[in-house]
Amino acid sequence: MARHVVAAVGEIAEGERKLVTIEGRNIGIFNVEGEYYALLNRCPHAGAELCRGFIVGFADSDEPGHYKLDRKGEFLRCPWHGWEFDIRTGQSWFDPKVRTRAYKTSVEKGAELQKGPYVAETFAVKVEENYIVIEI
Amino acid sequence: MSRQAATGADARPAGTGLFRGEAIDCDVHVAVPSMKVFAPYLNDYWREAVTTRGLDRHNMNITGQAANAPINARPDWRPKQGNPGTDLPTLQNQLDTFGTKYAILNCMYGAQALHHEDMAAAFCSAINDWIAREWLDKDARLRASIVLPIQNPQNCVKEIEKRAGDKRFVQVLVPAMGEMTLGRRYYWPIYEACEKYDLPVGVHAGSTYRFAPASVGWFSYAFEDYVSQAGAFENQLLSLVAEGVFSKFPALKVVFMESGFAWLPPFLWRANKTWRGVRAETPWVKQEPALIIREHVRVTLQPVDAPIDGGALERTIEQIGSDDMLLFSTDFPHWHFDGLDALPETLSAALRKKILIDNPLATYSRLREHAPGRIDPCEMGSQPHGS
Repeated sequence: MARHVVAAVGEIAEGERKLVTIEGRNIGIFNVEGEYYALLNRCPHAGAELCRGFIVGFADSDEPGHYKLDRKGEFLRCPWHGWEFDIRTGQSWFDPKVRTRAYKTSVEKGAELQKGPYVAETFAVKVEENYIVIEI
Repeated sequence: MSRQAATGADARPAGTGLFRGEAIDCDVHVAVPSMKVFAPYLNDYWREAVTTRGLDRHNMNITGQAANAPINARPDWRPKQGNPGTDLPTLQNQLDTFGTKYAILNCMYGAQALHHEDMAAAFCSAINDWIAREWLDKDARLRASIVLPIQNPQNCVKEIEKRAGDKRFVQVLVPAMGEMTLGRRYYWPIYEACEKYDLPVGVHAGSTYRFAPASVGWFSYAFEDYVSQAGAFENQLLSLVAEGVFSKFPALKVVFMESGFAWLPPFLWRANKTWRGVRAETPWVKQEPALIIREHVRVTLQPVDAPIDGGALERTIEQIGSDDMLLFSTDFPHWHFDGLDALPETLSAALRKKILIDNPLATYSRLREHAPGRIDPCEMGSQPHGS
């Protein structure tokens, strides 16, 4: 298992995403209210690029005709068939057994990262900044 | 008729007939022989109107129930005189033959298709009185659906409240094709009353002909009208789920009668699959449609629109994913099968028992209570409709 530096903190705004390729895997990095999550960019249903879907809230209802939106920005809607996935876990809402791979993320100081080991092929890690790291 | 007659019917030999008294027939038809039978149950205004407007010359049988159509009566279930379903001894003979514990009467009649909602309310109320007096009072095995004047939900609620005290009325009856999709909130007062009084909503094949029976236009032949009914049930099922009827009324049961059911597996699959992608549009639908339907919806056995032998029925039930949904029915006097082949011999004993008696008892809570016999609507403080 290797640690990969995938972005600098501040590079992905809240509610935004960054798509990266690591060891041949396409992965989406999401900033949900300041927390970072990483999902394999592949829908377990039919293989679509899940991480390119709408970032949405969870539509809920107390009774017919009443609409509310909870957990704003915490779900991904697959661009092909609209299945909803929890960005925090990679699980689909309608059946938690249907899930895409979720990777562990962390934010680490550049000073710590420079002690290694880590992989950061695309940019230099500076001592004074913080970085998003995922483990694969 | 008197209570003594009902008591007399109790004296029939128990445990005889094909199913030895362990069958509940959830779709049996009685037919109105003539509007004359309504006379005792109409108020003065409507009784006079029947004569002065010449309504009694027409009767009000609906097109889909044409008396002479072969499908409308098995030859051996056709009475010597009068229209099929108008004769008590013929029905009793059928109950004896099958060994029926209870039979639920459904009277499909044109009052439900009238455009005049007050007239509809008056006639539906008269039909229900007539059913209670001329059928339920005469054989203790008989139960019935409350014929609802579906043109106006408030009138439906009045009719439900008028009948609710008579536990021999075990569900309400609406046609499969009316003026609006059945899930719409317009109809919700009916469902609220049904939930309150433990009355499943019985949806029976038939149209009020407000629209073409198929969404592609008008057919030419009775054959087309008959086969297309299943499509209407699919539409209503979708409406009931999508509009959130079962979310709003979690105790409500809906029984589809004469709907067929072999169409259910592909329908459930399509509904589930689509819901997964568009769930947010109807967020009150919180489970897969198939789960909701398995919990709330029941279907009567006849007509079986698949080969009844060779395991097809078992495979269909397996694909539906529940053996709770099927309710035994003969659809007397309609002609869906020959002889005694209402239920295939090859079914396991456990499944036969579920279809014949366990599922009907679970669906109709009023069948689980000892029916106290009739309560005269007048004793309940109600008056005939339409005054």
